[in-house]
Amino acid sequence: MAEVCAEMVANVWKVVVSEGDTVEEGDTLVILESMKMEIPVLAEDGGVVAQLKVAEGDVVQEGDVIAVIG
Amino acid sequence: MLSESVLVANRGEIARRILRTVRRLGLRAVAVHSEADADLPFVREADEAVLLGPAEPAKSYLDVERVLAAARSTGAEAVHPGYGFLAENAAFARAVTATGLTWIGPSPEAVEAMGDKINARNLMEAAGVPVADGTRQPVTGLLDAVAEAARIGYPVMVKTASGGGGIGMGVARDEAALTKAFDTASRAAARFGEGVPAILIERYIERARHVEVQILGLVNGTVVALGERDCSVQRRHQKVVEETPSPGLTPELREHMLKAAVRAGEVVAYRGAGTVEFLVDTVRRDFVFLEMNTRLQVEHPVTELVTGVDLVEQQLRIASGESYPMGVESAGHAVEFRVYAEDPKRFFPGPGLITVWEEPEGDGVRVDSGYTAGNTVTPYYDPLMAKLCVYGESRAQALERARKAAEAFRIEGPKHNLPLFTELLSRDEFVSGDYDTGLVSRMRS
Repeated sequence: MAEVCAEMVANVWKVVVSEGDTVEEGDTLVILESMKMEIPVLAEDGGVVAQLKVAEGDVVQEGDVIAVIG
Repeated sequence: MLSESVLVANRGEIARRILRTVRRLGLRAVAVHSEADADLPFVREADEAVLLGPAEPAKSYLDVERVLAAARSTGAEAVHPGYGFLAENAAFARAVTATGLTWIGPSPEAVEAMGDKINARNLMEAAGVPVADGTRQPVTGLLDAVAEAARIGYPVMVKTASGGGGIGMGVARDEAALTKAFDTASRAAARFGEGVPAILIERYIERARHVEVQILGLVNGTVVALGERDCSVQRRHQKVVEETPSPGLTPELREHMLKAAVRAGEVVAYRGAGTVEFLVDTVRRDFVFLEMNTRLQVEHPVTELVTGVDLVEQQLRIASGESYPMGVESAGHAVEFRVYAEDPKRFFPGPGLITVWEEPEGDGVRVDSGYTAGNTVTPYYDPLMAKLCVYGESRAQALERARKAAEAFRIEGPKHNLPLFTELLSRDEFVSGDYDTGLVSRMRS
């Protein structure tokens, strides 16, 4: 299981995947927005989205878990 | 007569910079702010400050009714919009005037004429200002985009007709890339723009320099050019470093460009401070019109440093109808570094609490900052924390002073891009002056 974390304080602008989806390395999981910039959060490895910890409109802090890929 | 009380409808470094001139002229300075910005220097330094609302721009800085209510409650007589937010919103300009206040900016008609990039491009072409081959009508569908790109010839630049700040812009070198760029631009247009997404496609210039001209439209109708600024050091199509004079223009090219900028201002009967942006083709040694920004520009300090003109003071005087002739003389060289809350490698934003903030001082050094120690840089607004501006009698002296200033600037807490400046100042391509808009991406490839 690999945790994907937020690298910065940001708002969750778009959630691209759902729990149970199969993703490949480099796929966009969610798109964050911080300081007028869209920041895609990518899967570092392929696998199944076991948990999705954020919803659109949420505010994440640096280090918060966004998703768990198994 | 200057308005006795000026409300600045903006935040951060630019609000602070405008308020400084307002106070220097002996006028009352009124700030407006969001909850997130309550502790920032611009709020504390104003004679009066009004809370607009929550952090989200739509509920504070972009809320026309709240800004106008703040002007009424404080008895402000004039409104300065700064840049961004409501600065290029013609409806806001009209609302300010309709309320009986003085609008410190160009006419709403000029804002509208230049706000639509396709319209602006067509206006300039008709007036004899050079433009790049591109679309004269808004492109709204992918099929049209493909046909237009084929006509113009790849590579092409794809951008939104209404957007700014490099948002949604992309280069396409083939049809597959065009499809992607068109999608990106369309999404940006839907999100940031107004009405139907309209896309502009233009010939993409490889090895281009981005050079712009500062103009002032005077009360008597004449338009004056205050020299150029080279803004070719960019990341993600957004400026990071600007300098004047441009090290990449011949005297002939500069003269043509200044004349073209004056012509652009005359076409829309421009009044106040504006900036006409051009792209210089370093291979062909010519230039084309890019867009006009109908407001004070972020990088205006470099022009102020070499001309000695306070552009905000000029804006206030022109808005109040003061008529005077103006000659412009400039000397020396000035460079500006945009200190962003972002990492210096990938340029990803990194907001946070500022624990250490020490600005450099010294001959020729000017720092326009929006923050100080103890403030928090929040994710709600753009990442510009400060502008490190340096003047020298020559470019070499300006760069040498900049090296010392960049090293002396201490920021801890949020991520910041100061190391990028130290790196740039030791890179031959930048130091030689022979660079183009691809400089930063070459440094990071």
